[in-house]
Amino acid sequence: MSQRVLMKGNEALAEAAIRAGCRYFFGYPITPQTELAAYMAKRLPKIDGCFLQAESEIAAINMVLGASAAGARVMTSSSSPGISLKTEGISYMVGSDLPALIINVQRGGPGLGGIQPSQADYWQATKAPGHGDLHILVFAPDSVQEMVDTVANAFALADEYRMPAMILADGMLGQMMEPVTLPEECGVTLPEKSWATNGHAGDARNIANSLYIDAVELESLVRARFARYAEIEEKHSQHEAYALEDAEVVVTAYGASARVAKAAVREARAKGIKAGLLRPITLWPFPKKAYEDAAKTAKSFLCVEMSMGQMVDDVRLAVGGKRPVAFYGRTGGIIPTPAEVLGEIEKQAGGTE
Amino acid sequence: MAIVFEKPKSLTDAALHYCPGCTHGIIHRLVAEAIDGLDMQSQTVGVAPVGCAVFAYNYFNCDMVEAPHGRAPAVATGIKRVCPQNLVFTYQGDGDLAAIGTAETVHAASRGENITIIFVNNAIYGMTGGQMAPTSLPNQITQTSPYGRDVKTAGYPIRVCEMLSTLSGTAYAERVSVDSVPNIRKAAKAIRKAFDVQKAGKGFSIIEVLSTCPTNWGLNPVESLDWLRDNMMPYYPLGVYKDKTAEGGDAK
Repeated sequence: MSQRVLMKGNEALAEAAIRAGCRYFFGYPITPQTELAAYMAKRLPKIDGCFLQAESEIAAINMVLGASAAGARVMTSSSSPGISLKTEGISYMVGSDLPALIINVQRGGPGLGGIQPSQADYWQATKAPGHGDLHILVFAPDSVQEMVDTVANAFALADEYRMPAMILADGMLGQMMEPVTLPEECGVTLPEKSWATNGHAGDARNIANSLYIDAVELESLVRARFARYAEIEEKHSQHEAYALEDAEVVVTAYGASARVAKAAVREARAKGIKAGLLRPITLWPFPKKAYEDAAKTAKSFLCVEMSMGQMVDDVRLAVGGKRPVAFYGRTGGIIPTPAEVLGEIEKQAGGTE
Repeated sequence: MAIVFEKPKSLTDAALHYCPGCTHGIIHRLVAEAIDGLDMQSQTVGVAPVGCAVFAYNYFNCDMVEAPHGRAPAVATGIKRVCPQNLVFTYQGDGDLAAIGTAETVHAASRGENITIIFVNNAIYGMTGGQMAPTSLPNQITQTSPYGRDVKTAGYPIRVCEMLSTLSGTAYAERVSVDSVPNIRKAAKAIRKAFDVQKAGKGFSIIEVLSTCPTNWGLNPVESLDWLRDNMMPYYPLGVYKDKTAEGGDAK
């Protein structure tokens, strides 16, 4: 029987990872992801797993790199300033075709920023999670349940495409409690990893490496990776469409701000405004096609974020100038209210009657 | 006919890229011989650094991971935690280990991480063309200390074995040299000892190998060996700095 329990987002992410077969966690303390690491510290030693508190986020991500190279299902979690430190390791993991799950419970930035919820790391996650030509999978669940459901999928796709995956959460999703149904705690069969560096010799030996001195060879490897990216964009873009069929004002938001936006859309509908919500669930790959489709019927788009406007760039690219795209955001750790978003929807709809 | 000398199985046939007179080749061979001696070629995972030995994954004939600069001990930690039965070693230079990777090195040692570090100390950054290293000697002229390392502004060279031997997690720390046949034989024994310590699960081991860099020292190979003996050995005395396996625990 599946259990229905009340859990904090951070702890639910940890339990979901364990149930997805993850037994290795390397991390470094940072608010507001603390409970995730604490949960792992409590649980993993009891189930023959490994929890290790590293000396820094840099060391933690490199331990993840080593464990992944050795063939393990492995994860780390952090928050914005800590993710910046992990970007070196993330780039090397991409360059070495190594899978892992990285969780970013975002807080306000730049610099040390704040500790309140934020979505100001969208650019970092989707455009430059490390140096070089690269992408990682980026998921943006909007509830504790969806976070739980995303974990196993993120691990599976990371393994399938041999690349890191990130769950881009935020301080609100990490800290809030919601009822969740956890997946069955049955034995997960992890995929065979014939490429793992866990003991071979001679012709059969494996190498995990991102260095290619020959420019022609490096270009061809990067091109091969981008061919995989194209397949992922085709097969694995995800979004939620809410009240979109006849929507004239298409509100678009992800994660915590999508919850606020959805409430505002409901209120707008109650007032007779034809509003809808397009919520990307994958931020990379970005669900471009959904925007192209919505642009056929929408009169305008309104992008809502807990930042100064980052995803809005991708929305504008996807809409391709066919419709105006407005932006509303709060930043620094402030969550927009449904009333604020409703006000913006009304502006788009030309004011209430 | 009896074979009296052959290439270790744990080295590939790839031609080494190291400069003439560089002692990396000798050290590679000693590490490979130690792996062969334990008959653990197929249970060994090596971690290559950034620096002159960055291509070590082409030379050691076992599973290899190429780590980001300085992160080899963290990468090795991840591997060892997943595969505790494997022999896991890193091969790192002085810039990699004692500058950018100091935190990873110190904490791997303090955790008693059951890995072995082969630390090649040639008192200079070789790969990037001869810059001052954390182990460059006082007054040593390098590309970035063109008037000699001034300790007033550039600080003092780090004695890695001495520093790590203070940590409870360090099980074995020895400094050796490959400047002469007798010292090469001692270095071979030290590397084997460190691997034995790891195999016995005793914790962190490090073998620091004093090495030459004729190209960036601006000396010929023979002069380089003399320079190592005359300048490096007095500052970096050879010997066992920590040996948890010895009676009474710690040496020195």
